[in-house]
Amino acid sequence: MSTHAPTRAEALEVPLSERGPAPRNVVVSFGFWLFLLSDIVIFAALFAAFAVLSHETAGGPSGDDLFDRSRVLVETAILLASSFTCGLMSLAVEQRKLVPATAWGAVTFLLGATFVGMELSEFHGMIESGAGPDRSAFLSAFFTLVGTHGLHVSAGLFWLLVMFAQVLTLGFRPMVLRRLRCFSLFWHALDIVWIGVFTIVYLGAH
Amino acid sequence: MAEPIETTEDQEAGALRVAGGTWQGYLIGLVFAVILTLASFWVAGTDLVWGPGVPILLAVLAIAQMGVHLVFFLHISSAPDSLNNILALAFGVFVVALVVFGSMIIMANLNANMMSMPELMNMQR
Amino acid sequence: MLGKLSWAAIPFDQPIPMIASLLVMLTILAILLLVTWKGWWPYLWSEWITSVDHKRIGVMYILLALVMLVRGFTDAIMMRSQLALAAGGAQGYLPPEHYNQIFSAHGTIMIFFVAMTFMVGLMNFVVPLQLGIRDVAFPVLNSVSFWLTAAGVLLVNMSLFIGEFARTGWLVYPPLSELAYSPGVGVDYYLWALQISGAGTLLSGINLTTTILKLRAPGMGYMRMPIFCWTALASNLLIVAAFPILTATFAMLLLDRYLGFHFFTNEAGGNAMMYINLIWAWGHPEVYILILPAFGVFSEVIATFSGKSLFGYRSMVIATMAICVLSFMVWLHHFFTMGAGADINGFFGIMTMIIAVPTGVKVFNWLFTLYGGRLRFDAPVYWALGFMVTFVVGGMTGVLLAIPPADFVLHNSLFLVAHFHNVIIGGVLFGAFAGYTFWFPKAFGFKLDERIGKAIFWCWFIGFYLAFMPLYILGLMGATRRMQHYDVAGWQPLMLVALLGAIVILAGIVLTGVQLVVSIRTRDQRRDPTGDPWDGRTLEWSTASPPPAWNYSVLPAVNGLDPHWEAKKSSKSRLQDGPDPKSIAVPRNSPIGFVLAFFAVMAGFALIWHIWWMAVAGLIGALMTILAHAWRVSDEVEQIVGSQRQRAAT
Repeated sequence: MSTHAPTRAEALEVPLSERGPAPRNVVVSFGFWLFLLSDIVIFAALFAAFAVLSHETAGGPSGDDLFDRSRVLVETAILLASSFTCGLMSLAVEQRKLVPATAWGAVTFLLGATFVGMELSEFHGMIESGAGPDRSAFLSAFFTLVGTHGLHVSAGLFWLLVMFAQVLTLGFRPMVLRRLRCFSLFWHALDIVWIGVFTIVYLGAH
Repeated sequence: MAEPIETTEDQEAGALRVAGGTWQGYLIGLVFAVILTLASFWVAGTDLVWGPGVPILLAVLAIAQMGVHLVFFLHISSAPDSLNNILALAFGVFVVALVVFGSMIIMANLNANMMSMPELMNMQR
Repeated sequence: MLGKLSWAAIPFDQPIPMIASLLVMLTILAILLLVTWKGWWPYLWSEWITSVDHKRIGVMYILLALVMLVRGFTDAIMMRSQLALAAGGAQGYLPPEHYNQIFSAHGTIMIFFVAMTFMVGLMNFVVPLQLGIRDVAFPVLNSVSFWLTAAGVLLVNMSLFIGEFARTGWLVYPPLSELAYSPGVGVDYYLWALQISGAGTLLSGINLTTTILKLRAPGMGYMRMPIFCWTALASNLLIVAAFPILTATFAMLLLDRYLGFHFFTNEAGGNAMMYINLIWAWGHPEVYILILPAFGVFSEVIATFSGKSLFGYRSMVIATMAICVLSFMVWLHHFFTMGAGADINGFFGIMTMIIAVPTGVKVFNWLFTLYGGRLRFDAPVYWALGFMVTFVVGGMTGVLLAIPPADFVLHNSLFLVAHFHNVIIGGVLFGAFAGYTFWFPKAFGFKLDERIGKAIFWCWFIGFYLAFMPLYILGLMGATRRMQHYDVAGWQPLMLVALLGAIVILAGIVLTGVQLVVSIRTRDQRRDPTGDPWDGRTLEWSTASPPPAWNYSVLPAVNGLDPHWEAKKSSKSRLQDGPDPKSIAVPRNSPIGFVLAFFAVMAGFALIWHIWWMAVAGLIGALMTILAHAWRVSDEVEQIVGSQRQRAAT
């Protein structure tokens, strides 16, 4: 479903696969899409390890003992909200509006940082109470799966800062726009992974 | 015909063309996602759903939420330039399913057939 | 200050690694001195080290593979000679602790740094040329991928003279690879080297998949792509989907070793079998990543030298993509004996037999391509015919092993070792040499010496059968793999024959070096003036040999399969209309591949030896490098086209 007037290629009904090299935007976005898929496979392996080891508590605490669902609900809400504000940021970027883009970007950053902060405090609490990743296979798998997601979010936050430095110093040039689009893909994908995490890890523990 | 027919950069924003280009799409996605998320948390905590059905219902809700994200936030569509993305996604989902469910089935089978590690280590003493 | 590193890390008390290290370091020193004395550094830096040209990067990958072949083969000769000696009560000359490192290094180097590197190098060089485009999707990322692979190579080779290598086999199974049973640095060398080069490979997979799917010459729809590009696509899709499993699994083992986690330990609930399950979920797709490009090479070679188009192009494509999907559904056949029940074993056994079917389709298509053609017996064809025979034998022993009850007898025996060498040498290595010989004139402008090329083939072919057929017999007689000595004196004659085979292969490897020297010396006699020395069918043969940096000054317009062949038949003088542009924007060189690799080696080495400040420094350095590159605003330079025109098909 095209939203523009038909191009010459479309008018000639040349199939997309025969129109020659795709524009740079398409190439970069697709390459990043593939990278995201590879990242999802990393998470799949970590999910598999978690699923297999989730009952190996070695006499230590289990998920039921440790997890606080209300906190997880707040974390989920925060991350979901940040996905929404990231979407609004993308819209402002596409329209080249610096002030709304920066504002929504800042909100996204703050929400993401809050999420990471809450996760760090959860980890800290668990480690202090003797339920660290070296306690049992279950805890190793938990910390690795959730921690890897948190690391990705943190990397995303750093990337967001760099992107705004790029916008401020280089402007909305094509290269910067492509990178901002990749960032959005990344941020939304992390929320998708989080859906898996909170469902399987936190809600799955009983 | 020496050059590619379409060369304008912005002519194709690729598979990630902003759907309708408005904030309404994101808002609808947010609303759906919120509803589904709250539903998940409710299902996990309630007595109203038959126990063995809870994991399946949670899985369905999770998949629905992922779908909402893919459509409303990641703008997956049936546009021709989106086709490669969908195929790649399908391949990725296939691999994820194999790795996760394959591992679970295989490891459950192995664990059932093999002596557990604590028992094994005890034999050494 | 220096973590676990001390003078004790250097194996002064072991003569073999010391002498080997000394020889390697002297050779490297000699090369560095030669380059400096001749003043080649500026040329090397600007034309090769910082190059983002897929052709240069492809050549560097293949050079790396050939060098590592020598290293991996040295390990092989040591193993063969040890086993030829250590019969009955004899102990040979390699103590077990050393022997274990040798077979681990042999497997690691051959799979990751010879086979993978060679195939990635061929795909890098050929795919953009065959697609009728100027470079891959992400040229700078391509350079990064190569240099990260080189960083992994450097780390593994450093273990020869600082520290030790893993003693666990090439897949470092826990619990042996856990800290409790492998407290030294060997496993850490392995893990960090492969995490680094694995990142490079993954990025390469993304790069080539994007290139093939999104960047093709106008008119080249999917069913008009050369078959090598289809196999490259399947292989790179597998890389994107499978290598992350390796990354995650190694990360889990690293967490166990460094932070006391319990994924695969014996205590606190760890499950070592989970490692084996995950590593083979990567490992099986890996072997298809290796063989699919080789299949592509053979398709191109057989069609070209038969003077016929490939028989059954459509079924080849379907078979290739079927193999791509099925390769993810067979991995348990690597651990039939490790406790799964009969139904699980049965399922994977049947799936393994099913995956032989599309491969069979390919073999028949090659046979039907040969049939009715006029086969020209140039060197690449020798490799192709040798492959057809050898790979089929290896494939058949694979189907035999796919039957769980048979595998219970043969798992981890020398029969298994013979099987996988049969398919990897007969398939991947023969494909590598076929591609090397076939595309060498395109890369360098002159052919390799034909006679020596055929001699190299015969050395490998005869040497392979001498070296590995005895191993099939020994395996059936009960000999296991990875043994440093054996009690059954009756096995020794077969071991001696195997050693003879290895020596014949050694001759082949030496001849490869000789062939290069001789070919370069006499290159004027075998120049390729037309760019099409083999009467080829696909687009790369329509360029000059070597092609200009931008490959095609005007992208060719494609109307069907084998566009170059069709153009020759219809005597079209050029594949594209329109005049050559005066100048073309070419991707700019970048040093970040090399610089990132430097920091990767620094960080990797530091992590191995627990030198934490140095690890942090390496990571920060890498981060700074990436940030510096992020602000690079000019991606391209203008290059004058001048008199370097695309060669016509004449």
